[in-house]
Amino acid sequence: MNGMSKIVRTMARLLYPFVLAFGAYIVMHGHLTPGGGFQGGAVIASGLAMMVVAFGRRSEKHVREGVLSVIEDFGALAFLGLAFLGIGTTFFYNLIANSGWLFGSSVSYGSNPGYLNTGGTLPYMNWAVGLKVLAGLGSIVVLMAFVFGEDEDEDTA
Amino acid sequence: MKKGLGFFSLVILIASMIGGFMQVHDFGKPLRTEMDDYFIANSQVEVAANNAVTAVVFDYRGFDTLGEATVLFAAVIGVATVLRRMKG
Repeated sequence: MNGMSKIVRTMARLLYPFVLAFGAYIVMHGHLTPGGGFQGGAVIASGLAMMVVAFGRRSEKHVREGVLSVIEDFGALAFLGLAFLGIGTTFFYNLIANSGWLFGSSVSYGSNPGYLNTGGTLPYMNWAVGLKVLAGLGSIVVLMAFVFGEDEDEDTA
Repeated sequence: MKKGLGFFSLVILIASMIGGFMQVHDFGKPLRTEMDDYFIANSQVEVAANNAVTAVVFDYRGFDTLGEATVLFAAVIGVATVLRRMKG
């Protein structure tokens, strides 16, 4: 798969950090605003897809499949580990909520502007699922884009 | 025979749809609200999350999210099995 013109590549390179920042924002504020791990991970994966479409085979140094599979493993295992954290009560029990740890402060009842340092295990799980989804969808995109071997690129370049 | 069976199942489908839609409750007035009321009343107290949907997805029904993540993992495994780069 070949890259696209210089205009497209420049715009993609410019937009890439903003797409990543927006996806990270959606993941990070999953316990306050609409969105969460799945949605933010999909946004970041669409940023990876944009880079793959714009740069073609040259994006392989940015988007590497081995790194993505390591990230996906880490996300899945972190999600399971956070679920097992509360197994003293039940599986998926929210142990950190209202405990005073990081993300553990309690929230007042009723409407309030929303505070980032709340939610207990929810922000951690959002990050775990977000990493898992961005790596999973990203590795699907990379696998589908680069399914043909190296020699194909040399012929058409 | 085949046509008659298809027509028969279509009649059954339409009849049960009409019968079901006859007894739909009014819009915005669900019959059972115990679960919704519990989530709305307690998600801020128990989970300390303003977003009740995330509280349901990651806390009250976290097991369902685990299943979703497993489905995504299986999809990635399937794509990687079919489309992995051929050596040589």
